[in-house]
Amino acid sequence: MRPVIPYVTAALLFGLGVYGVLRRRNAVLVLMAVELMLNAVNLVLVTADSTVRAALPHGGQVFALFVIVLAAAEIGVGLAIVLQFYRLRASVAVDEVPLTERPIEPATAAGAAVEAGVRPAARPEGER
Amino acid sequence: MTGADVLLLALGAVAVGSGALVVGTKHLVRAGLYLVVCLGALAGIYLVLGAELVAWVQVLIYVGAVVVLLLFAVMLTRAPIGASDDLDRPGWPAALIGGGAGAGLAALLVDAYRWTAVALPEAGTAERLGDQIFRGWVLPFEVLSVLLLAALVGAIVLSRPDIGRPAAERDRAGRPAERDRAGRAGHAERGPSR
Repeated sequence: MRPVIPYVTAALLFGLGVYGVLRRRNAVLVLMAVELMLNAVNLVLVTADSTVRAALPHGGQVFALFVIVLAAAEIGVGLAIVLQFYRLRASVAVDEVPLTERPIEPATAAGAAVEAGVRPAARPEGER
Repeated sequence: MTGADVLLLALGAVAVGSGALVVGTKHLVRAGLYLVVCLGALAGIYLVLGAELVAWVQVLIYVGAVVVLLLFAVMLTRAPIGASDDLDRPGWPAALIGGGAGAGLAALLVDAYRWTAVALPEAGTAERLGDQIFRGWVLPFEVLSVLLLAALVGAIVLSRPDIGRPAAERDRAGRPAERDRAGRAGHAERGPSR
């Protein structure tokens, strides 16, 4: 077995993942590219496990399992964030995410007015 | 070149090719399906490398669970079925950085290993890996289970909008409803007397 083949595969996959994370606008596609990077790391770990002799045998494969579990946790939380952002903005484009806090005061004042004004029928009834 | 090398080359070509399609295609759903092909090819590489348990866990968790979650997210965000043109940003810096990272790492690893051959060790069966996990790596394993619990709780808190809002905002959201309820109760009391 030539270890250079899976190593180069992993390097190319990692490069593709970096390219995808930087290129894509859709947050779900960004998460897919992150999965590509994590899988490249897994491939390096498994290949190193079969080429490098360690004190504890199969340490690389155990780490690959740990990384798979971490990826599952990451994808769960990441998709929760993406879906919440979609519910707030009706968009999943990562370059539309505001990186600074908006000035909240006029927005929430208007929001409170709207919330109070949702029931305009209640006020005439009270006045009557 | 032995049979294992040929298999590794073929599966690696499939993985890299479908990975390129994942980051290059204009169809959202197809990107998820190409990801299945890429992860399946990686599971095949793990099998050739003798990591049996990791290969099957890869099929179970990645191909089974993670891709299904991603496809659910694609559908929940009302993605268009056909090709969409607004998926990408202008890509020269991305191509430069991604290509640089990939080519740099590949050059480093080629320089380090240079077509040497290595005998494959004993296969990583479930028995051997379980022995290692629950003897040598039991503390990271337990920490990982705590982390999974934290991620679970975090995902629940994130997807429920009524948890974790600032108190002032919660009051503002709660007060009109109470006022309305009180108003309606008063109206009901006054109703029959009128």
